[in-house]
Amino acid sequence: MDALVSKYAAEPELDIAEEDDDEVGTGLPQSVSFTLPPIDHPAKFLRAMTDDHANPSAPIKLKHGTTTLAFKFRGGVIVCTDSRATQGSWIASQTVKKVIEINPYLLGTMAGGAADCQYWLTYLGMECRLHQLRHKRLISVAAASKILANLVYSYKGMGLSMGTMLTGVGHGGVFGLYYVDSDGNRVEGNLFCVGSGATFAYGVLDRGYQWELTDEEALELGRRSILAATHRDAYSGGYINLYHIKEDGWVHHGFNDTNPIFWKQKLEKGEFQNVSTTLDA
Amino acid sequence: MDVLLGIRGKDFVLIGTSKAFLHGITVMKATDDKTRALNDHTLLAFSGEAGDTIQFAEFIQANTQLYTMRHSSDLPVAAVAAFVRSELASSLRSRHPYTVNMLIGGYDTKSDTPMLYWLDYLASSTEIPYAAHGYAQYYCMSILDAHYKKGMNVEEVTGLMRDCHEELRRRMPIDFKGLRVKIVDKDGVREVEGFD
Repeated sequence: MDALVSKYAAEPELDIAEEDDDEVGTGLPQSVSFTLPPIDHPAKFLRAMTDDHANPSAPIKLKHGTTTLAFKFRGGVIVCTDSRATQGSWIASQTVKKVIEINPYLLGTMAGGAADCQYWLTYLGMECRLHQLRHKRLISVAAASKILANLVYSYKGMGLSMGTMLTGVGHGGVFGLYYVDSDGNRVEGNLFCVGSGATFAYGVLDRGYQWELTDEEALELGRRSILAATHRDAYSGGYINLYHIKEDGWVHHGFNDTNPIFWKQKLEKGEFQNVSTTLDA
Repeated sequence: MDVLLGIRGKDFVLIGTSKAFLHGITVMKATDDKTRALNDHTLLAFSGEAGDTIQFAEFIQANTQLYTMRHSSDLPVAAVAAFVRSELASSLRSRHPYTVNMLIGGYDTKSDTPMLYWLDYLASSTEIPYAAHGYAQYYCMSILDAHYKKGMNVEEVTGLMRDCHEELRRRMPIDFKGLRVKIVDKDGVREVEGFD
């Protein structure tokens, strides 16, 4: 189909160098556009150059593998993530910030392509600020998540890769939690886990979840769920990044190494009995 | 795969959609609503490609609502179906077609007749007494062929919907988290409880 169309379409413009790129800093762009590679099918080209199950030896390797979670409860919203970035079997980083602080009221989590998430959530932050200036009030989480969902939907099939949870407090102190991904999905909910370790996190989280959790219990449940995922999912690990969103904005609750947390959990609480403490056991 | 079911009764239409929102092997939501009310007497149920479904449904919803605002009267069900079919047909030959299957249930207030339209992503459209999309077709069409009668009342059609629900629960390997069932009649769109 695409080949048929391009056969009869005009020749693609090749004089990219002549395009005027000097507009940096003159003001905010009204619409965002990219210079596409001067070839037949930019989307197909990207698929061929980036890695996935079918093409593990591609020249561009995207950073994948994650566990992120967020849930609403009586006291607000808890957001918790691991911090590992992998490129195939290689651990590229153990100190990734997978919670993106869009503004003091909104957080976004990062799964899938790190660059896509970082770029588009930052862009969303810009749109939210503009909304605030134009309407003299905070944007709702529902509206913010829809801006993002519509944006990524316009790039559907072109190789964007992101699975993000958008959460925070909007106008009137209303808590919002939305799952938005690059397929174009946008779902509202009370509890989500995203990433390769999501099933492991869901296990612990669903077991311990209640609406009437205290703030301390909720933070501990988030931490414990990510710990479970870092233990069982090879593509998750590093540090546990914890946030609590209250009515007046988010509060950071640390970026802590999983290793001491794991051993504390095992030795003091008697969990993780599958792991031995002696060499002969 | 999502379940979409529709049954036309004497003076109403019943539409049921599965409540599970699936992503890979995970049920991310068990209270999903795969329908949009287009105007007071028309309900659109949809399934298909992620993203396309809601984008297309909300596009149709916005345009039918715009029609209501401009003309101070609702677009009749048959006209809604024709509009949806036409949009789907032009989308089909575009660079990025919408992959969405739909059921449209509505009540025509002018002629006092209920109508049920079955539409698929290839822009087929037909008005039929009972309809299904996805795996629900394999399990439920035979039940409906055998037990559907002309001019059934609300109790009878709800019972038939319950039979379909029971069969899907018994034979489908995947838990679809029950059905969200809605009735469309002269009084508008309401939810019917008891299909968990």
